[in-house]
This record gives sequence, C-alpha cells and structure tokens, in this order.
Amino acid sequence: MNGVYDDRLAGRKAKASRYGVAFLCATLLSVLFLAMLVFSIVDQSFGYVLLTYEVPPASIARDGVGVDAMDAPALVATLREGLTRRRFAALDEAEPLASRKPEALRAIIASEILKEEPAKTWTLSQSVFARSDIFAFRDREFPEGVLRFRAWLNPKLLSNPQSASALDSGLRGAAIGSLATILLTLLIAFPIGVAAAVWLEEYAADNALNRFIRLNIYNLAGVPSIIYGMLGLAVFVRALEPLTSGAIFRAAQGEAASGRTILSASLTLALLVLPVIIINAQEALRAVPGTLRQAGLALGATKWQTIWAHVLPASADRILTGTVLAISRALGETAPLVVVGASTFLTLDPVSPFSRFTTLPIQIYQWTSRPQGEFKNLAAAAILALLALLMTLNATAIILRNRFSARRRAGT
Amino acid sequence: MRTRLGPPAPSPARGSAQHGGLERRARPGEAAIKAFLLSCAAFSIFTTAGIVFILGKESLNFFSQVSLVDFLTGAAWQPAIGHFGILPLASATFVTSLIAMAVALPFGLMVAVYLSEYAPWGLQQFLKPTLEILAGIPTVVYGYFALTTVTPALRGIIGAGRLEVYNMLSAGLVMGVLILPLIASMCEDALSAVPRSLREAAYAMGATKLEVTAQVVVPAAFSGLAAAFILGLSRAVGETMIVALAAGSGPNLTLNPLKSAETMTGHIVRISGGDISYNSIDYSSLFAIAGTLFLLTMGLNILSRAIVGRRREVYE
Amino acid sequence: MSKDSAAAWPHDRNRPTFTPAPGGGLELAPSALDVRNLTIAYADGHVGVRDLSLELRRNSVTAIIGPSGCGKSTALRAFNRMNELIPGTTTSGKVLFHGIDIYDPAVDAVQVRKRIGMVFQKPNPFPKSIYENIAWGARLNGWTGDMDELVESSLKQAALWDEVKDKLKRSAYALSGGQQQRLCIARALALTPEILLMDEPTSALDPLSTAKIEALLDGLKAKYTIIIVTHNMQQAGRVSDMTAFLLTGDLVEYAPTRQLFVTPRDERTERYISGRFG
Repeated sequence: MNGVYDDRLAGRKAKASRYGVAFLCATLLSVLFLAMLVFSIVDQSFGYVLLTYEVPPASIARDGVGVDAMDAPALVATLREGLTRRRFAALDEAEPLASRKPEALRAIIASEILKEEPAKTWTLSQSVFARSDIFAFRDREFPEGVLRFRAWLNPKLLSNPQSASALDSGLRGAAIGSLATILLTLLIAFPIGVAAAVWLEEYAADNALNRFIRLNIYNLAGVPSIIYGMLGLAVFVRALEPLTSGAIFRAAQGEAASGRTILSASLTLALLVLPVIIINAQEALRAVPGTLRQAGLALGATKWQTIWAHVLPASADRILTGTVLAISRALGETAPLVVVGASTFLTLDPVSPFSRFTTLPIQIYQWTSRPQGEFKNLAAAAILALLALLMTLNATAIILRNRFSARRRAGT
Repeated sequence: MRTRLGPPAPSPARGSAQHGGLERRARPGEAAIKAFLLSCAAFSIFTTAGIVFILGKESLNFFSQVSLVDFLTGAAWQPAIGHFGILPLASATFVTSLIAMAVALPFGLMVAVYLSEYAPWGLQQFLKPTLEILAGIPTVVYGYFALTTVTPALRGIIGAGRLEVYNMLSAGLVMGVLILPLIASMCEDALSAVPRSLREAAYAMGATKLEVTAQVVVPAAFSGLAAAFILGLSRAVGETMIVALAAGSGPNLTLNPLKSAETMTGHIVRISGGDISYNSIDYSSLFAIAGTLFLLTMGLNILSRAIVGRRREVYE
Repeated sequence: MSKDSAAAWPHDRNRPTFTPAPGGGLELAPSALDVRNLTIAYADGHVGVRDLSLELRRNSVTAIIGPSGCGKSTALRAFNRMNELIPGTTTSGKVLFHGIDIYDPAVDAVQVRKRIGMVFQKPNPFPKSIYENIAWGARLNGWTGDMDELVESSLKQAALWDEVKDKLKRSAYALSGGQQQRLCIARALALTPEILLMDEPTSALDPLSTAKIEALLDGLKAKYTIIIVTHNMQQAGRVSDMTAFLLTGDLVEYAPTRQLFVTPRDERTERYISGRFG
C-alpha cells in the first residue's frame, strides 16, 4: 500500500486561530451591544433642556429677586398674584401652600404661571461635547429660552404622578402598579406552581394524563406572551368582569366598573409565569437526592411529611431563585398588559386590586411612542428605574440562594 | 431556560402489612393534599383549553363574517372598509423574523461555540452572566433602543431618504439581538452535551480545535442546534414590543425591510391598546390573528421538541 | 498550546506508512519515550503525578499499574499532551520523543498527538459510519493514498475487518462495545503512530472482547510501541513486557513484568500484587 501523510498543519492551525478570533469577535459584539444599550439609555436620561416660557421669568421677579432665589413666602405671594383666585384656593386646599417645599412651589409657578415648555432636549454626550452648538442653537432659534441641564432620572420622577407635561410627569402610579401587580401575581402563581411541580416530580405516575400535563406545560412556556394577553382580555376582563372589577364585592373604584384592573393584570401574568415557575421548581426538586426521601420515609414519615419537612426545604433556594427569575420576567412584560387594558393616563394611585392600573413597562411604552422628544428622555429615565428594580430583584435572588446554601452547610 | 423531562422521582415501595398494628390506615389529609397537588398540575390544561377555546370561539365568530380564503389570501388589512387579508401583517412578521434570525442564528452559534469550546474558564464566568443580563432585559427596552438609537444610526448609514423612521430593518436587527442569548445558551447546552470522550478522540487523532468543533462536535450536536434555531424563530414570530415600537403602525404589504409595516403582534397591541368595542368584528379579527400566531408558534415549538427528543436516542 | 508549528521532527513529512522506525539516516533514539521528572498538577492543586522518570522501550508493551487514583491515567495522558485539554493543569519536567521534549514551547501538541495515538477507557467512536471513523482522521492529516485500502488495512490490523467488511457504511454505534473499541484502535492505527497509548482499553468490555484485544496487542508490538494503563494485574502480566507500578502519584517500581510480579524489590509492590491493598 502506498500513501503518505501530508498534514499541512501550519495552514490548518492558522485557519483554526482565524476562526477562533471570529468566534471571539461575535461574542464581544454581543457584549458590546449590551454596553451600547446601557450607554444609550443613560445618555438620554441626562442632558440639556431648552425651556421656553409664555411669560418671561424675569417679569415676575420681586424686588429684583428671581424665582430661583425666592424664599417660600415670596413664592406663595407670587402664586397668589399669578393664579386665579379659584385655582389658588384649590391648590391650597389640596395641601396648604405655605407648608409646601420651595421646590414644589417653583414647579407650580413654572407650569401654571410661566407656562414652561421644553422646546428641545439633548443627550448627555451632546451636552458635554457639543455644548457650544447647543448654546448657539438657543441664541439663534430661541433667544428668550433658558437652557437647563436636567437629570431626567430624579427623585421627582419616582414621587410625581403622571402629568401631561414631561417636566412634571412621574412614575409614582406606574411603580405602585408594577409592584402591586407583581405581588399579586406572585401570590397566585407561586403556590400553584410549586404544588404542580411537587405533583409532577414526587407523585405523578408515568401515565398518559401526567405525560400530557408535562407536555402541555412545556408548550405553554413557548406561547407568545401576547396570546396570554388575549386570554386575559377575553376571560378576566370580559367574562369575569363582575369579579375582576370588584363589582360583586361592591369595591369597584370610581366611575364605571371595568374589568381592566390590577387583578385582571395579575391573573394574566400569573398564567404567563406559571409554566416557568413549574419548570424551575421541577428542576429544583429533581436536584434533591433520592436518598433524602428514602431517609424520611424510612423513619416512618408519610410521603407528604417527607416532602414538606425534607424535600421542599432542601430545594427551597433553587425554587425561590427560579421564581424570582420568573417574576422579573413578569415585571418586564408589556404586551399582555397593553392587551388586557392598562390605562393610558392615570393620575390616581391604585388603592386596591380593583383599581385601574398602569405599570413601568407600559409607561415606558407609552412615553416612547409619543412624538415629542422630551418624552423619550423621560422613557429613558423610566427604563433606568425599571432596570434598577430588576437588578434589585435578581440580587435578592442571589442573596437568598447564598443564605439558604450557607444555612444548609452550617446546620442541616 | 432548561426544559427537560425526567422520570418521576423514585418512590420507595411502601411496606404493606395486614395485622398487629400494621393495618393499612386511611390518611384523609394525605389524600386531600394529593388531590390539591394534582388539581394545581392539571390547572395548566385549563389554561391551554382556555386559550384554544377563546381563540377558537372568537375566530369562529370572525370567520362567520369573513371567509377563510379572503383572510389567508387578502392583500389588504383595512377593517374600516371590511378588508381582512392577513398577508400584509404576515409579511411584516416574516420579514422581521427573517432579519432577526439572520442576526441571531450565526451570532448565536458563534457565541455558543466560543463559550463551549474556546473561552478560557475565567472569561466564561464573565460572558455567561452578561448574556443572561442581555436575555433578562424587558423587550420594551429593546424597542426603545431600536427606535431611538438603532434607527437613527441606520438612517445615518443608509440615508434618511431611503430608510423610513419606522422600519422593519431596525426592528428585525434588534429582535435578533434579543433572541441571540436564547439561541446561544440553547446551542451551548447542545454542544456541552456532546460527550467529552468524543472530543478527546478527535484531539488524539491530531485534529485542531476548529476541526474538532466543526467536524465532530457540531455535527454530533446538530439536532440540538436545530431545535434551538426553531425555538428562536418561534420567539421572533411572537415578539411584540420591539416591532410595536420600531417597525411601524399600519399594515403594509411589502418585503422591503427599509419600509414601515405592522406585524401580527404589533397590530394586536396597537388595536387592543386603544378603545375597542367588544362586539365588533375588529375585536374578533384580533383573535383570528392571535389564533394564527398561536398555531404558528405552537407548530414550531412542537417541531423543536420533536427534534430534541430524537437527539436523546443517539447517545446511550 | 504552542502556536508555532515550525519545529517538529525532521523526518515527519512524507514518512512512508507502516514503517514506524524513523528513516532519513536519523539516529535511532534508545527509547520510544524518555520521561524525566514529570510532575502534573490539576487546577485544584492536587498533584496527579510526582517527579516521574522512566524510559519506555521501543517495540514493546509497557503496562502501568496501580490502584485507582494513583495517577496512571494522568501519566499516560501526559505522553501525548491530552492533559492540557483540562483547564488549569500544569506540567513540569520533560517527555523526550526522538530526543525532543514534547513540552517544548516550539513543539505543537497536534503534531504530538498525530504521532502518539491514543485509545480510551470507554469506546468512543464518532457518530459517523465505520468507514468514516477511520477515514476522518486520515483525511484530516492529508492522507494521499487510497482511502479504501487504508481503511481495510487498519481494520485488518485491529482484527475487525472480517466482522464489518460488509457494513462499512453502517453507523459505528451499531457495533458491540468490543467491536467499537477495536474500531477505535483501528482508527488510531490508521494514522501510523509510533506509539499507541491505551487507557484501560478493556475495562468497559466483557471478557471475550477483552481476550480479543489482548491477543491483538501481541501482534501490534512488532510495529508499534504500546503503553497500556490497566487496573487489572492479570492483564498486565499477560500482555506486557515491562511494568511500572505507581502509587499516589509516585513511581514505586519499574521492571520487566516477570521480574516485577515474581520478585518485586519494593515491599509496597509486593503488597499490591498480592492483593493486600488497592
């Protein structure tokens, strides 16, 4: 037999390292994308705002002192002069003006007397690197305008309710709505999800019914979230309206009873996250060694006693971690809640499960779809708030997990 | 997300005895708990049944007024004048998903290969959480990014005259990045599932890393990779917020990614977000779209699982 | 892993097949592998092999024995640089192959592995056809001869040809475990390595398949140098010419097999072969 090996190894190795570099580049590109996304959002959350006024701020200066330098009594006096008597009385009745902070008083003056409007906004990078262009633009287009550097992400964003003006609008209602919805979702989905997982992992025999349940859960996990929204709309909002609007409890809020409530949203999200919670909990239970179960049973415990006293505690960290991850997914869900009927404009805080609602992602969606540029900045700031909340949740999951595993190592 | 079915946990046989204090005892508490657990598990069946029933019922209502043929072949979706052809919506879903897959498929696979075969351990520990973060960002944030950053950047490159403010290209690209971590992690699972002995066999024969990866590991993991791609496609078809924000709001029958068009999901969100009367054909038309979407994604998911199931038979 | 593939053995290219002795007027190295002060540590700090020195004889079968966890597989995998596929493994000392240290930075691991083949504990054929299992490595390494011929002669050397000649296109997974392992041997032989490393090649097989593979080894040593790791002392006694006994990473005794088994010099060796520990 004739033949030789000519392995051309140099070329093959060169090719291997070329591809290695390509694989690395692809990976770095996705990391870069994440960096770009974060950068672009931070970039839009800060920057110059060009403010224009119907009434020049200088015209309401008192004894040469501008609004920015006035103390509280002077601000109240300015309001008394600038507003109609009825408006002034209404504001005073809502919360005595004399006891309000100067900041709050200035905000009222800006929106109600001066009629402050943002004409244009710039991003952080523009504000830093093209500062002179921004000022030149102001001098050219709006000589009367005032340029202010604004952090769109500020304490007012979290404490203010929604408003028609981007400058005053806040996330208060949306944040409360998000937290309330998520809490209720958790209360509904967690027990059902863990119970279902316990059934499937500990009790279920390998028969057609259980196989079908399993298959069904996996399929549900792949159903697009918007379909759950349609289900929620048809079932919770419409068919179960008397329940979800609170009508049967005589708890309906405000004007017309409607099924578009926090309860409907939570039920919808609960259906959405259930498969994820079940699958995660199943994996957690599967990780518990069989010897633990046998040990419990051998001591004369019933099956449920064994599960409750040994199997569930042993898998609690994984179950909780999986649940927190599922919940953080629900927290970011937008489409199903739009379909279920989140309110587009809501100035009142939700007070019960039967309140109309909006959530952080919905607020972001609505602000992003507005044509005015300043609402995009507002949306960016809201995104930062949402991401901070999500990170807190995930960090909690990690801490929980560590604490559980530490306890297990120490005690058992 | 790992989706694995396993055999039920082994339950040690319970000793059964007849006499001497060992009689079988009724335990109503245990039975009640068992019944509760089963009903919770069976709850998922009601969810599915609910979805099928609701979509079916409203779709039937819709199809009593619009013929299935018109629905499937009509080139215009204009509820105001009674045109209910799904093609414009379906074409937008098709174009955006195609662009998304064109991004997510090669990049996802490359990232997976890098993570599973090339990356040193330390870098792996950094990259995997990064991808998880990328996967955990809400889709509305991606939508925002597509609209406010990617579209202006693309308009700078392609030309503001050629690329519309709302366009399928930008939405599709960002959707690709959204799906990338999903595909990458599923592909990585598939690649890692290839036994190490197979890699060692190849290395021991004087293969380079690329040859081991491309000629041994990837073919061995092929069905897992295919399943990942199909699941990714299903996710793209059902993705909503990115297209709702960045692709445009108005059905438009075009395959040109530079144009604006509304996908099936985008349409449902826009119409249901507004005030819609419950007994109109507009309302039931949304369910007909959702039904189509449901069948499409369900079909893809089942296909994906069938492929994975076949892979399991290869080893062991 | 070295990026530089320039340094290799001068006679490597165009080496005629099935003639393991180096040609080109090169001086014949006295031993197939000359291991000097080899120490291998894993990422967790565990030392697998400590200061191992031994010369492995050409055209003979050398067995490495010892209780499980003694580092015998680690040592074997160091002879063709497979250990470096496990992240964090560090190796010091030298393994001389034709007078060149295979751990020299200028030496390429891929070259080493092509010249020093390996058969693993569990049969690990590729999920390809029987034919492709052999042809793949040959094609990779640029085999210029007739592929069918190579497949046939390799399978014949591994005593598998008669059993599979009619089903070469079938999946290798359809073979029995013993057949799969012989296919893996054939696959390694097709690359005409000078040394064949075998890591407990029969531990996953039934006695009948084991006997077939043991019978094979005797014939192979005319052409190849074989180093076999085994936890089965009887097997070492049956197949090997030389035996090395390792205990917790240390080489205790290295001697001709008969001598090691009949008149061990070290007390620990005696205790081990008489079955008092391990």
